[in-house]
Amino acid sequence: MSTVISPGKTRKRAGTTPRTAGRTRPRRAGRRQQTLACVTLLAPFTALLVAVFLVPVGYAIGLSLFSEDHKGLGFGGGTTVFTGLRSYLAVLNDPSFVSGFGVIALYCLIFVPVVVIGALALALLLDSGLIRLRRTAQMLLYVPHAVPGIIAAVIWLYLYTPGLSPVIRLFAQADITIDFLGLHSVLPSIVNIALWSGLGYNMVIFYAALQALPREVIEAARIDGAGGLRTALLVKVPIIKGSVVMVCMFALIGALQLFTEPMLMNQATPMVNSRFTPSMYIYDAAFRRNNYGLASAASVILLIVTCALSYAVTRWAGRRERSAR
Amino acid sequence: MTTTTATPASTSGRRPGRPLGNSGLTSRAVANTVIVLAALYTLLPGLWLLLASTKNADALFGSDILSFGDFSLWHNLRDLFTMEDGVYGRWYLNSLLYAVVGAFVGSLISVAAGYAFDKYEFPHKEKLFGLVLTGVMVPPTVLALPLYLVASGIGLVNTFWAVFIPVLFNPFGVYLARLLSSGYVPNEVLEASRVDGAGELQTYIRVSLRMLGPGFVTVFLFQLTAIWNNFFLPMVMLSDQHLYPLSLGLYTWNSSATVSPEYYPLVVIGSLLAVVPLIVAFLTLQRYWKSGLTAGSVK
Repeated sequence: MSTVISPGKTRKRAGTTPRTAGRTRPRRAGRRQQTLACVTLLAPFTALLVAVFLVPVGYAIGLSLFSEDHKGLGFGGGTTVFTGLRSYLAVLNDPSFVSGFGVIALYCLIFVPVVVIGALALALLLDSGLIRLRRTAQMLLYVPHAVPGIIAAVIWLYLYTPGLSPVIRLFAQADITIDFLGLHSVLPSIVNIALWSGLGYNMVIFYAALQALPREVIEAARIDGAGGLRTALLVKVPIIKGSVVMVCMFALIGALQLFTEPMLMNQATPMVNSRFTPSMYIYDAAFRRNNYGLASAASVILLIVTCALSYAVTRWAGRRERSAR
Repeated sequence: MTTTTATPASTSGRRPGRPLGNSGLTSRAVANTVIVLAALYTLLPGLWLLLASTKNADALFGSDILSFGDFSLWHNLRDLFTMEDGVYGRWYLNSLLYAVVGAFVGSLISVAAGYAFDKYEFPHKEKLFGLVLTGVMVPPTVLALPLYLVASGIGLVNTFWAVFIPVLFNPFGVYLARLLSSGYVPNEVLEASRVDGAGELQTYIRVSLRMLGPGFVTVFLFQLTAIWNNFFLPMVMLSDQHLYPLSLGLYTWNSSATVSPEYYPLVVIGSLLAVVPLIVAFLTLQRYWKSGLTAGSVK
């Protein structure tokens, strides 16, 4: 941004090079200038891309293939030896890492259908023309997304904590004991936090897609005698399928990095252990067990799974789109 | 609209539906009830936070949440900013610094790159853009540990830069900026400016960046939220409490609360204050995030 010039020069711009000269100016000079501009504009981002994306990933891959062997007490005398895929085998044979993916799978099984169907239903309702104060409703539903994840987790954790929670107190008055942090309820409780944050956000995405639908299509369905519900399910939903796939994909990728909520839950209930999800496993391996080789291998595996998943979903969506035509 | 009959409900805009008389009214009532319930679900936890921030530790655990017998909001606020030598204020400033400055610089970088991707041709352009898209798909959590390893290699761990530099990287912003640039900045404008003999960068700063203004705000908002929410990276990078952002600070106070309950009211009111800037940003800049959402998803 060093080329900023003073605003006063604006008017003189045309004067310095006569307007007609622009057309006849040798093309090569323009080319060179364009190349220069392009490089300047791209350079900062490319530097970041290399420094905080490519280099760290490469370094993690490298580190996962080596291991530091500490002899004796391990003070300074560590030697780095090539261990190949040993760290990967160790990670993949670790039941606590594999069970983390199990937790994620279960979480997705609950979260993805609930958030997609919920958000879609709300968006279709907003689009149906039956709702009063549409803009206000939309805004109110969206607000939780502006609440940082850790704070959403704190709020809900306190609403789950016996003694603090007015919800539990309310149920207790009706003689119902409810335990949000029990063995079987803790995962739905985590899903609920994510649902609270994501419902309105995804609804807005669907609603925007619905608003972009050609009105003639809806009108045609209506003339054919399709009711509101049938129009919604058989006409509107298939057309915005792309958005639905998109939301599913981001929900899945988001689920794979599940960290904040369970990390906070970990402080409150023994049902969430310190290696509950793959991300927590990585943190635990690196900072509680100081095993960087293991943590790097786990990071690389998580990276590969994430990329494979998003690639598969986009490919699948692309094929569906083509075959629909 | 010509075929609809005179059910009271059908008077509104493009309401689909057959003339069903009563059922039109019923479905309207059901639909509105569903929306109201959903709104209550999203709002009540926030309301609880608001009410709970007026309670002291005892009242938080004991009494009815709706009773105002004990109103300790000011007391809680004073405690919040004096606890541990006012470290909360420090966290707040840190968060503002990481998020506002980081999002501003980051958006400048992303928008410039997105614009270059849209307006210029260069070798391997689409390959490079594919790399950007890969960056979008890779969650920041996965990168946190590798980043820590690199940062510790060059001695940056536990410094301001360890958090500030990585958050500048925003491939989604580049993707968004490329879309917005092709939408907002017509190629003819560039041509005209070239004919006028203006330099390329000069054109970018004076003409294109101005046309990209709304797009810039959109990218900025998205990045602001992402950085404000950032938790894993600071947790991995920082051990000095004075460098913590709010998210990490509140997390540590929450773990203290499990041992000493006097921290509970502080976490509650601290959370409330931490939410305010983002809510304000979203309510005042609504139209920007909406254009970002649609550009990012419908496409």
